[in-house]
Amino acid sequence: MGSVIRIVLQRLALGLLTLLIVSAVIFGAVNLLPGDFAQAVLGQSATPEAVAAIRTQLGLDQPLPVRYAQWLWDAARGDLGVSFAQANFASFTGRVDPSATVLAQIGPRFANTMFLAGVTAAIAVPLAVGLGILAALWRDTAFDKGANIATLSSISSPEFFVAYILILLFAVVNPVLPSLSNIFPGMSFGERLEKTLLPALTLTLVVTAHMMRMTRAAILNLMAQPYIEMARLKGMRPLRVIWRHALPNALAPIVNVVALNLAYLVTGVVVVEVVFVYPGIGQLFVDSVKLRDIPVVQACCLIFAAAYILLNLTADILSIISNPRLRHPK
Amino acid sequence: MSLWIWLLGALAAIAALAWIGLWAARRLSGNAPRYRDMSYGVAFGYALALAAIAAGIWLWMKPGAVYFRWAVMGFAICAVAAFLFRLAGRHLGPERLKRQFRKMPLTAAFGILVILIYAFVAIFAGWIAPHGQEAVLGAANVVPGGDPAMGGDPAFPLGTDRIGRDILSRLIYGAQNTVGLAFATTLLAFFLGGSLGLLAAVVGGWLDQVLSRGVDVLMAIPSLIFALLLLTIASVWADGARGLLTFYMVLIIAVIDSTRVFRLARSVGIGIVVMDYVEAAKLRGEGMGHLVFREILPNAMAPLLAEFGLRFCFVFLTIASLSFLGVGIQPPLADWGTMVRDLAQFINFAAFAPMVALAPLLPALAIAILTVGVNFVVDWMLHRASGLKS
Repeated sequence: MGSVIRIVLQRLALGLLTLLIVSAVIFGAVNLLPGDFAQAVLGQSATPEAVAAIRTQLGLDQPLPVRYAQWLWDAARGDLGVSFAQANFASFTGRVDPSATVLAQIGPRFANTMFLAGVTAAIAVPLAVGLGILAALWRDTAFDKGANIATLSSISSPEFFVAYILILLFAVVNPVLPSLSNIFPGMSFGERLEKTLLPALTLTLVVTAHMMRMTRAAILNLMAQPYIEMARLKGMRPLRVIWRHALPNALAPIVNVVALNLAYLVTGVVVVEVVFVYPGIGQLFVDSVKLRDIPVVQACCLIFAAAYILLNLTADILSIISNPRLRHPK
Repeated sequence: MSLWIWLLGALAAIAALAWIGLWAARRLSGNAPRYRDMSYGVAFGYALALAAIAAGIWLWMKPGAVYFRWAVMGFAICAVAAFLFRLAGRHLGPERLKRQFRKMPLTAAFGILVILIYAFVAIFAGWIAPHGQEAVLGAANVVPGGDPAMGGDPAFPLGTDRIGRDILSRLIYGAQNTVGLAFATTLLAFFLGGSLGLLAAVVGGWLDQVLSRGVDVLMAIPSLIFALLLLTIASVWADGARGLLTFYMVLIIAVIDSTRVFRLARSVGIGIVVMDYVEAAKLRGEGMGHLVFREILPNAMAPLLAEFGLRFCFVFLTIASLSFLGVGIQPPLADWGTMVRDLAQFINFAAFAPMVALAPLLPALAIAILTVGVNFVVDWMLHRASGLKS
């Protein structure tokens, strides 16, 4: 058991290191900008003296590594800076309006995005694993071939295509669900769920397809094993063979795929949130990109990257834990 | 809520139908082995299929279900077109081509047909399109369908957009711009990632370490997010020059995607470098260029070609998503992602005139069909290469 803890700790350290390097890449990329924050805040017509004053005040005259360390230290303490778009110049230098900090902007939206991802995962994971088992069970039947075409089409369609088809069918032609997800604090859970359902369904369709294909492949990989043959020869029913013998052994790749797809959700969420005007972090990210609101872009990027790394790390660790050969190395 | 009750009720009814059907079949056939040995799961599958067909027929009969009928007809047309194309391929052309078509599944034939049609439209867009892509014509917001009673115009079969540009022409030019840019980006990504990956495999040592770790870091950031971050910076650099921004976008996506190509090229290359014929070439004293391009590349071609298809889909979808978000291909170039975003509000009028919803859905459909087609072809190629026989 000790070796597992060591491996897990190793992976955690590696993940932390990756996050550190990624943060350096993000910081470095933003510093490729011509001019700097001071120029951006003051605009094109600023006098050189004013720019210089702001630079000293914000510490922009410090060398790059010092600024990076300062930014990282602040970010670790939860201070992600002030949004350009929200803060006017006065509040930028003097007292900071609490609603203008990046953290105040991101906080509630982060919770919304997590809610959307959670609803999606709750629908998609059981659906994908169940359908994957059925496709493996009824291999090479019409169901399997139909599922192959359907999943391949759903993987290759852009998210907004799926989203607009769902809007057309469930919000416009048969108005059962709202097409705009205007979520605000103080909403009841049921109401919130109803508004989230259409974006969650869109993400589900995109993610389920991939998970289902991988589940099917993972189970089919095992079907040629001698112990499966044995179970079948002793007269076990096909579903029971899969449930008792194939599924436990296919669990590691399936868990891996689930975690990877949740990581994929992180990117998919951006487009879907824009389509449904869902007040999440992806919507904020795209808006900030258009406004060139650098601190917010930087912070969102960092959060997305952290979530992505964390989920990949989880996939890694889960596959170690679920593999007895790795758990008890010789 | 009632929706869920309906759904659960339908499932229960199907389960009951399967049970009754199985029982009846056993009784009526005098317990024939076919029914005696059938498990309940299989019977449930048949019942589910029956229910699905019944629901399909019911939907087809319903007067309001225009889109369902269109979808079924579209699917049927695609299937027939693919079948005819495969039939033509089996009987026309040289013998080598005929042999390829003989074992081809229908999906792959459909994919090849789609790729050919898109390539044709993209190359000859200037001749096919009735109007220019930037031409602002007289009437704005003309409804698709060409029916004057509904607000259409026979001169614009797919209608016009908010500022009066012909949607059909923009769709056709979109093939040139969107597909062309995605193709150029993928080529660039392959050139970058492929050559660096093979180089890392041949040279090894510290170069391999540096490149691989660098790629690891870049791959730890989700690609769409990273592209958006870099595009923010590029938009400051380009400073309003739209052509320049599109150019930067191509560069950025090519670099981000080349990391994935690098991984594959390196792992394929490492497997080939240890082969005897590469060793022999090294002993002959051949240079690095000969090793990479004459010995390794031809043998790494098959996996790289399949990867090219998948990468193209990925790049194409990324560009479409970025354009949809408003930071990709810049106007006035006609592009499918931007068209979807600009025309999206038309969807809200679909309840009054079903044709209206076509305006935003057609460009999205154009994107989806091409990626589906390429995926079908790649799927078939991989299936054939792996020697898997279903």
